[in-house]
Amino acid sequence: MSSTNGTLLSVRNLSMFYPMRAGFLQGHRGEVRAVDDVSFDIQAGETLGLVGESGCGKTTTGRCILRVVAPTAGELWYHPREGESVDLARLDTGGLLPWRQEIRMIFQDPFASLNPRLPVLEIVGECLKVNRGLRGSALEERVAELLGMVGLRPEYMRRYPHAFSGGERQRIGIARALALNPRLVVADEAVSALDVSVRSQTLNLLQDLQNEMQLTYLFISHDLSVIRYVCNRVAVMYVGKLVELADTRSLFLTPQHPYTEALLSSVPKPDPRVRSQRIVLEGDVPDPSQPPSGCHFHPRCRYAVDRCAEETPPLRETADGHHVACHLADEIELVGIHG
Amino acid sequence: MPVERQPPSSEDLLLEIRDLHVHFPLDEGTVKAVAGVDFDVYRNRTLCVVGESGCGKSVSAQSILQLVDRPGHIVQGQIRFHRHDADGSVTVTDLASLRSSGRAMRAIRGRHIGMVFQEPNTSLSPIHTVGNQISEVIRLHLGVDEDTARRQGIEMLERVGIARPAQNYDAYTFELSGGMRQRVMIAMALVCSPALLIADEPTTALDVTTQAQIMSLLQELQADFGMGVMLITHDLGVVAEMADDVVVMYLGQVAEYGDVDRIFHAPAHPYTKALLRSIPNLDFDQDIRLDSIRGMVPDPFHRPAGCPFGPRCDEVIEGRCEAENPPAFSLGEGGSVRCLHYEEVALS
Repeated sequence: MSSTNGTLLSVRNLSMFYPMRAGFLQGHRGEVRAVDDVSFDIQAGETLGLVGESGCGKTTTGRCILRVVAPTAGELWYHPREGESVDLARLDTGGLLPWRQEIRMIFQDPFASLNPRLPVLEIVGECLKVNRGLRGSALEERVAELLGMVGLRPEYMRRYPHAFSGGERQRIGIARALALNPRLVVADEAVSALDVSVRSQTLNLLQDLQNEMQLTYLFISHDLSVIRYVCNRVAVMYVGKLVELADTRSLFLTPQHPYTEALLSSVPKPDPRVRSQRIVLEGDVPDPSQPPSGCHFHPRCRYAVDRCAEETPPLRETADGHHVACHLADEIELVGIHG
Repeated sequence: MPVERQPPSSEDLLLEIRDLHVHFPLDEGTVKAVAGVDFDVYRNRTLCVVGESGCGKSVSAQSILQLVDRPGHIVQGQIRFHRHDADGSVTVTDLASLRSSGRAMRAIRGRHIGMVFQEPNTSLSPIHTVGNQISEVIRLHLGVDEDTARRQGIEMLERVGIARPAQNYDAYTFELSGGMRQRVMIAMALVCSPALLIADEPTTALDVTTQAQIMSLLQELQADFGMGVMLITHDLGVVAEMADDVVVMYLGQVAEYGDVDRIFHAPAHPYTKALLRSIPNLDFDQDIRLDSIRGMVPDPFHRPAGCPFGPRCDEVIEGRCEAENPPAFSLGEGGSVRCLHYEEVALS
C-alpha cells in the first residue's frame, strides 16, 4: 500500500443532528444525534475504515464529508495539493464545486446507483462532459480508458446497465467515481451487495487502483473481515460517537474498547474447529434520539462501573496512534481476534 | 479443538430430496434453477446450504414447502418428508407430489415444517399486530381458543428473547427493531414445534452483533426442541459456526456435500476450494492479497455444456470437463462431489 504523506482531510468536532418534527404544525420534538462530536484525520494515500452497526452514524459521517448534507457543527479541513486548506463545512454550493471533483463516492447498491435509461458512456462520461468539456471521440477515448482500468471491455460502453451483472455494475460505478482523477474516494458499503467471489475481485481492483492513482479511501463498512483486509487504520463508531481509532493490526489484535471487543467476537470465523466463544451483547443498539447517559455503551457493557453512566469518556490516545474513548481502557484486558 | 460430532443415523432422517428439478419457463427461455439436487436433513442436525446468488439454494428451500414463485414449478424429483409421531411410527409423504394450496400441504406447512425468511421487514404484515400473526398460526394448526393461543404466543416470544413479551405481543411490527422482527419470525416458525426449520438467510439483513444473538438463539432452540435445521446462507463464517453438514451449490446442482469439518479442511470440489480461498479472513498471518474466482456465475439461459463450473475452473481436464457433466461421486462417510477428478477415488 502506498506511503502516507501528510493529512488530506481533518475532521474536527463534526456533528450532524437531524431535527424530529411531528404533528400538524411540525413542532420540534427533539433531534436524532446521528454524528456527535467526531474528530479524526485522513492521511493521504491511506485507507481509513469506518465500522459500526446500522444507525451508528458511519454513513452520515461520509455524507457530511461529501457535503451531501451540511453538518450541524464542526469543521472539515481539506488540504488541497496546492494552496490554502479549506473548511468544506463552511462552503456553499458554488464554493464546493472545485472540491467536488476531488472527493468522489462509490455507492453500495449497484442496481440503484446507475440510471437504467443511460448507456455506460453517458453514466461514466457525464462528469467529464460537465467538468472537462470533453465531447465526441475525446470523451469516448477517456471512457474506454476508464472501463479498461476497471476491467470492463471498452466495446460495452454503448450498453445499458441491465446488460451487466452486479459485479460489473459495481465496476461501472467505480469507473464513474474515478473519471475526474479524484484524491479522496468515499466507498460506502461498496462490496456489501456482492457475492463472495465477485467481492474479492472488486476488493483487489480497488487496491490496484489505489496504487496506480495514489487514491485515499474512506471505506465505510459493517463487515469487519473486509475492513481488516483493505484498511490501514480503522475507526469504530457507536451511536454517533467515535469509540476507538487505531491502525488495523492493533485494533484487531489488541482492541481497547469493550464494544470493539464484542464486535470482533461476533464475526463468525470461517473454521468449524474454532467455534468461537461469542460475546453476545444483550439488547439492541440504543435510539440515537435518546442515547444513554455517560458512555453510550454502558448499558450493554460487561465491564461498566458507576462512573460510566455519569461521565462521557473523551477520545484519548493510549498508545502510539491508538485512540479510545473508555474510562477503563488502562485497567481492563480485552481479547482480540486471536483470543 | 475439533468438535465431537456423531454421524447421522437413518432413524433420525427427516427429509430426503432426490433428483429435484425446478424450472422457470420464461419468455427468454427456460431457467433451470434447480437441476438435479439430492440431500438429506436429519433431526437434531443443522444442514447449511451455501452458494452464490442464483445457485438455486433458495428455490430448493422454497420447493420443500411448495412456495416457489410462479411460473417456477417442480418438474421432476422427490421430496420425502418423514413425519415422526409420538408413538414412534413414521409416515413418509412426498411433498413434491402435493398441490401447493391443497389441504395436505397446508397441514404440513407451518405445523411440521417452519420457515424463516430473509427479510423480516417484508415477510411480516405491517397492518397486523405481532400477536395477530402468531396466534393465527397457533389457532389454525393446533385448534385452540384465543386465550390459549395468546398465552402460548407470549410464552414463545419470551422464549426467543423478546423483552416485555406481553406488551410486544400487541405491538405492530414496525415498532420493533430488525433483530426483534427476526425473533418474531423465528417465534412464528417455532410456535407449533415443527420437526424441521428452514431458515433462508435469517441473519443476512442484520448487524454482526444481532447476528450473533440470533445464531445463539437458533442453537439453543435446536438443543431444546431437537428439530432439524436447514440453514441457507452465503456466509461461510456462519456455515462454520452452525453446520453439521454442508451442501455447496453451484448453478442448480450440488457441487459437494459432506461433514462441515471435511468441507472446510479437506474440500474436494475446485469450486469449494476457490470459495474458501476467496473469503477475507480476520487472521493476520496469511498473505494480504485475496484469491478470487475467475469470471462470474454464467447467465442462467446459457448454461455451459459439460461441468457447470468448467469455464471458471483451474483444474479442468482437457477434453472431458467441456463435454461431461459429472455425476456425484462418493467420498465415503456420506460425502459426495460432482467432479471428474474423483472418479477413480469413487471406484477404488
